[in-house]
Amino acid sequence: MSVQIWTFVFVILSFSLYIGIAIWSRASSTNEFYVAGGGVPPLANGMATAADWMSAASFISMAGLISFLGRDGTFYLMGWTGGYVLLALLLAPYLRKFGKFTVPDFIGDRYYSQYARMIAVFCAIVISFVYVCGQMQGAGIVFSRFLEVDLTIGVLIGMTIVFFYAVMGGMKGITYTQVAQYCVLIFAFMVPAIFISLLMTDNPIPQLGFGSQLTEEFGGGYLLDRLDGLSTELGFAVYTEGQKTTQDVFFITAALMFGTAGLPHVIIRFFTVPNVRDARRSAGFALVFIAILYTTAPAVAAFARTNLIDTVHNIEYSEVPEWFTTWETTNLIAFTDKNNDGRIQYVGDPQRNELEVNRDIMVLANPEIAGLPNWVVALVAAGGLAAALSTAAGLLLVISTSVSHDFLKRGLMPGISEQQELLFARIAIFVAVLIAGYYGINPPAYVAQVVAFAFGLAAASFFPAIVLGIFNKRMNKEGAIAGMICGFVFTAGYIIFFKLINPEADNADGWLLGISPEGIGTLGTLINLLVALTVKRFTDDPPSEVQTLVETIRLPGEAMEHH
Amino acid sequence: MPENSAHSYWKGNLKIVLSLLSVWFFISFVCGILLVDFLDTFRIGGFKLGFWIAQQGSIFVFVVLIYVYIKLMDNLDAKYSDSTSEGSQNDAHHKGGVE
Repeated sequence: MSVQIWTFVFVILSFSLYIGIAIWSRASSTNEFYVAGGGVPPLANGMATAADWMSAASFISMAGLISFLGRDGTFYLMGWTGGYVLLALLLAPYLRKFGKFTVPDFIGDRYYSQYARMIAVFCAIVISFVYVCGQMQGAGIVFSRFLEVDLTIGVLIGMTIVFFYAVMGGMKGITYTQVAQYCVLIFAFMVPAIFISLLMTDNPIPQLGFGSQLTEEFGGGYLLDRLDGLSTELGFAVYTEGQKTTQDVFFITAALMFGTAGLPHVIIRFFTVPNVRDARRSAGFALVFIAILYTTAPAVAAFARTNLIDTVHNIEYSEVPEWFTTWETTNLIAFTDKNNDGRIQYVGDPQRNELEVNRDIMVLANPEIAGLPNWVVALVAAGGLAAALSTAAGLLLVISTSVSHDFLKRGLMPGISEQQELLFARIAIFVAVLIAGYYGINPPAYVAQVVAFAFGLAAASFFPAIVLGIFNKRMNKEGAIAGMICGFVFTAGYIIFFKLINPEADNADGWLLGISPEGIGTLGTLINLLVALTVKRFTDDPPSEVQTLVETIRLPGEAMEHH
Repeated sequence: MPENSAHSYWKGNLKIVLSLLSVWFFISFVCGILLVDFLDTFRIGGFKLGFWIAQQGSIFVFVVLIYVYIKLMDNLDAKYSDSTSEGSQNDAHHKGGVE
């Protein structure tokens, strides 16, 4: 069977599974719609969190980014996993014990202020929207490249599926589809990785193959030494050495960690488990499931890079393998014969380099480059879609709960009944799907860039406010509000300045303290903390019932009652 | 839970969190970023040590840290739940509806 038929088979099978789950897990109360009734077992929640977290970017783009960044790609690996340590130790158990539905719930109640609640609603919606548009775009790209359907139709199919299970099942539907999506995406990521590791190093475990010797066929010697050698020979940066400054890598890593811990769609997953112990356990499961992909990704990056150079450098253009021609039509790989010798020169020097390679190709085409069987190649599409749709659904739920629960029920319209609130939640998710779909089809030029910055914004707004709310009993509303506003405005302003207003200045000389916009969230976090602590000193202590609330969150034992 | 045992529970909790976070900081920011070039002078198999910690080793340590945390917190909870009468009976609360 051809790759395309296999792809259709996998995509249709996985989509039927998601729809089946949606029908089985209809939500009938706000409790089920917002937090899946609070009865999700920690293992299932760990898988759902992993799928929620690993987006189209983790699945499709990350290994490719690393294979072009070499050691500098480290900040994605450590940043996007190390954040879970913060989440598990500083946030998840306490927020579960607090026992509400959303992040603005916590901010609003802990800081006894409707303003604080509304600022949190605003931040949650902005962060989630920026992020969700990228997911829809990712789903559209997979559809159009693998199934050769129009991008618009691809996005529409993705929207319909998400709409179906998110609107019907809310958090309950999303949770159990995410469990299925995790299984699909990890299988789709690992199978090609294992095949390639076996092929190139005779070691079935990619994490070990990464540090092993290549087989005779691939020239022998350690993989990384070989890759360093090839890089030097062709004038690329040495793979295992860094190019970015130490302080920039430091700041980017920290921003991604704080951002991971502050992303509302990840935090709310911990509201769905039965109790505090299970919240800790599910954070452990989540990181294990994420680590499987994240420790494989750098191996895939190194395999793919070596293989790509071996396969295309100094080859006659007329003799390129079939995958090369296929991917040329999508413009992900492009050859210009600058010296007219009919051969492909793939080198570091931009004057002489004749091959432009899009980083996404490293995952999407990797199985083809390695000559793996058709069914393995086809898995990648189903995996990419699972990654994009699972993250999109989690984000859409945050947008929906922010509107129906935080903005309407706890804000403007406290009198509405549970059934009305549920209806508003469904309408909100419907509208959000439409808007996200629109931007998936007509991506504003800057969306792709801005997605990465959702982390900086989450880091600079939510992370300090929540941590202070738990660990600093006397933190008051004035401090928290001032901190969130300053952190958010500073980070957003810095990013907008360098990405939209003055992109020419976006280089090490133009940056503040040598920190790139990717890493500025760390400084935003520090500003938030400093402003909050300073303002607190000059304003009144929080009321005694709030201090009692904080003491209760800190006690051992199980979740508080919902009020 | 009486005031002073609540206080010492919280202190025990903070001690666990702070010691684990110092390991977290050391492995990622110190070994994976600040000292990476120095550590690269050592090798394990086909890896330079610093490169390996940055791209894989740190992630394994993160996983271990969370599991150590789960274990230590379970012990701490068990130690304090003996001394209180209300700790264990709240398990069912959450299953109730929401108002």
